[in-house]
Amino acid sequence: MTASSAAATGRPLEGAEPRPAGGGRRTRGGGRRSRTARRVALNGAGLLVALFAAFPVYWMITTSLKPSGEIFSSTPRPLPAEPTLEHYRRILTGNLIPGVTFTDFFLNSALVAVATVLLSALVALLAATAVARFRFKLRTSFLIMLLVVQMIPLEALVIPLFLMIQRLGLYNTLPSLILTYLGFSLPFAVWMLRGFVAAVPKELEEAAAIDGASRAQIFRRILFPLVAPGLVATSIFSFITAWNELIFALTFINRQDRYTLPVAMTFFFGRDDTAWGPVMAASTLFTLPVIVFFLLVQRRMVSGLVAGAVKG
Amino acid sequence: MTTLTEVPETTAARETPARRRRRVDRLPYLLLLPALVVIGVLLLWPLGQVVVMSFHRLDNVRQLRGDREWPWVGLGNYAQILGDPFFWTVLRNTVLFAAANVALTMILGTLVGLLLNRLGRRMAAFVASCVMLAWATPALTGTIVWKWIFDDTSGLVTWAFNALPDGLSQALFGRTDWTGYGWFNSPLLFFAILTLVVVWHSFPFVAVSVLAGLKSVPSELHEAARVDGAGPWRVFWRVTVPLLRPVFGILVVLSTIWDFKVFTQYYVLAGGTQDRPTFMLSVYSYAEAFSPPPKYGLGSAIAVILTLILLVVTGVYVRMVLRQEEDA
Repeated sequence: MTASSAAATGRPLEGAEPRPAGGGRRTRGGGRRSRTARRVALNGAGLLVALFAAFPVYWMITTSLKPSGEIFSSTPRPLPAEPTLEHYRRILTGNLIPGVTFTDFFLNSALVAVATVLLSALVALLAATAVARFRFKLRTSFLIMLLVVQMIPLEALVIPLFLMIQRLGLYNTLPSLILTYLGFSLPFAVWMLRGFVAAVPKELEEAAAIDGASRAQIFRRILFPLVAPGLVATSIFSFITAWNELIFALTFINRQDRYTLPVAMTFFFGRDDTAWGPVMAASTLFTLPVIVFFLLVQRRMVSGLVAGAVKG
Repeated sequence: MTTLTEVPETTAARETPARRRRRVDRLPYLLLLPALVVIGVLLLWPLGQVVVMSFHRLDNVRQLRGDREWPWVGLGNYAQILGDPFFWTVLRNTVLFAAANVALTMILGTLVGLLLNRLGRRMAAFVASCVMLAWATPALTGTIVWKWIFDDTSGLVTWAFNALPDGLSQALFGRTDWTGYGWFNSPLLFFAILTLVVVWHSFPFVAVSVLAGLKSVPSELHEAARVDGAGPWRVFWRVTVPLLRPVFGILVVLSTIWDFKVFTQYYVLAGGTQDRPTFMLSVYSYAEAFSPPPKYGLGSAIAVILTLILLVVTGVYVRMVLRQEEDA
C-alpha cells in the first residue's frame, strides 16, 4: 500500500498527454444496450483466453482417451467417439525398455521428489524461524543472499555440479538429484516460510513461556502446528520443482532403469515416429498430480514471488 | 517481532543480562547453519567453480574426477568464444527471443489481468481456473502437447491448414498440402512456436499478479479519475500503471531472467541439443559441455557469460524488492 501510493504520487493525474479517441465522457452516459454489448465483448474475450489457456491440457487428455485410429485420422474430433483406456493400459503394464516399466520411472521420480521435500522442509523451517523470530547481525545479509541466490541461473550450474557429483561418486544415483534439488528449492522455501512463521502471533509463545514451556516445547507444540499449513504449501513447491526438473536428471543419470519420469519421457517419446496415444497417456499421468498440488497452493506463489509488491 | 528472544526473559529471569544475551545471540545462527551449508555447498560453491573451470581446458570426464591434470588456459576459452561469429548468432538469438517473449508475456498477461478484474464473478472464476491450468502444467508435458498439436501428419495445426480453401492457401502460402510440412525446420518458425509455448506457459503468472495488484488498489482512485472525466485508456495509463509500477517492474525482471535461460521447452521442441542454428546461450553452454566431444571448460565460459548478463538484471530486481520490503 505504501509502495503503491508512493508510485501514485510520483505521477500526478493531470498529465499533458492528449486524451485518446474513444475515451472521455462518452462512456459515462452509455445506455443499457451499450453496457450489454460491452458485457458480451468482455465475456467473449474471457472465453477466448480460457480456450487458449486450457486447450493444450484438454487436448492432452482427449487424445489419451482416443483409439489410435481416431488419433491419426485426417479429421480430428473434439472428443473421442469411442473412448478407450488402451493407452493407459499399455503404459502401465508394458515395459518401456526390457525390465523397466512406466511405474518404475514414476517411482524414481516420486522417491527423488519426496526426499527433496522432506529435507528441504526441515532445513527451511529452521532457517525461517531464525529469520522471522530473531533480530541478529547478519539477518539482512542473509535475506539479501536468499534473494540473490534465487536468481542464479541453475542452467549455469550444470557443469560444476556435474563435477561435484563425479567427485562424490554419486554419478548415476538418485541421491545426486536429491542433493541438487535440495539446493534449488531451499532459498524459495525459506523465503516463503518466513512469512508463515512471522504470522504466528507471538503472544501465543509468550503465554506458553509464562506457563513454563521450554523453547523446544514452544517450537514443537506451538510454532510447528501453526506453521504446518505453510509447511505443506512450501513442500508442494519443492515437490513440483523436483518432479518437473529435466536438465540435471538428463545429465546426472545415464542408466535407463534409474531415469526419472521427465528423462524417460523425452528419451522414449520425444523421437520423430511418435506414438501420440501412449505419449499423451503418460503426459496426463505425469501432469495430473502437479496440477492438483499446484491449484492447492498457487495463491501463495504469487505473494511469494512478487514479495511485498502487491501486499496492501 | 522477536518472541523467542523475549522468552528467556520470562523463563530464566534469574540469568544475568550478559549471559542471556550470549545465549540469545547464538541460537539464530545455529538455526541458520544447515541452510547456509546447503546454499554454500550446492549453489555458491558451484558458482565459483564454474568460473574456475572456465579458465581451464577440460575435455575429459577423468579430469573432472580428479584423475588428470587441469591445464590452465587463462582467458583462452573466452577468447575462443568471443572470436567465434557463431557465439554472436547465439547471443542475438537469446536476446531477441527473450525480448519478444517478455514483451508478449507482459502484454498478454496484463490484458488478461485487466479482463479478469472486469468480468463478473462467475466468469472471472472460470477464466482464472483455465488460466491456472496453463500455469500449473509442467513445462515438459505442456511442450510435448504443443509438439503434438504441430505434428506434421495428424497435428491439429496441420489439419487446420489443410482445411483452408485451396485457393486461399495457395495465394497466401504458395502451397495447398500441408501434410508433412516441417513446422520446426526453419529457425524463424521454430522460434515462433517456441515463443507460443513459452508465452502460453508464463502469461498466467503475470495475469494473476496484475490482478492481485489491481485488487489492492483502492477503487476510489479509479472512480475519482472517472468523475474527473478520464476515459478508460487514460485511467489505465495515468492511474493503474503508476500504481502497479512496482509489480510491473518485478514481473519484467523475473520474466527476463526466466526467458533468458529457457531450456526444457527448447529441448523438447528441438528434440535435443543438436540444432545449432536455433541455439541460445543456455543450450549452447550445455551442448558444448556435454555433446561429444565434451568441452567442459568452454561450456563453463559460456555459462559464466550467461550468468554475468543475468547478474545485471538481478541487481535491478534485488534493489526493487528491498525498496518494497522497506516500504511494507
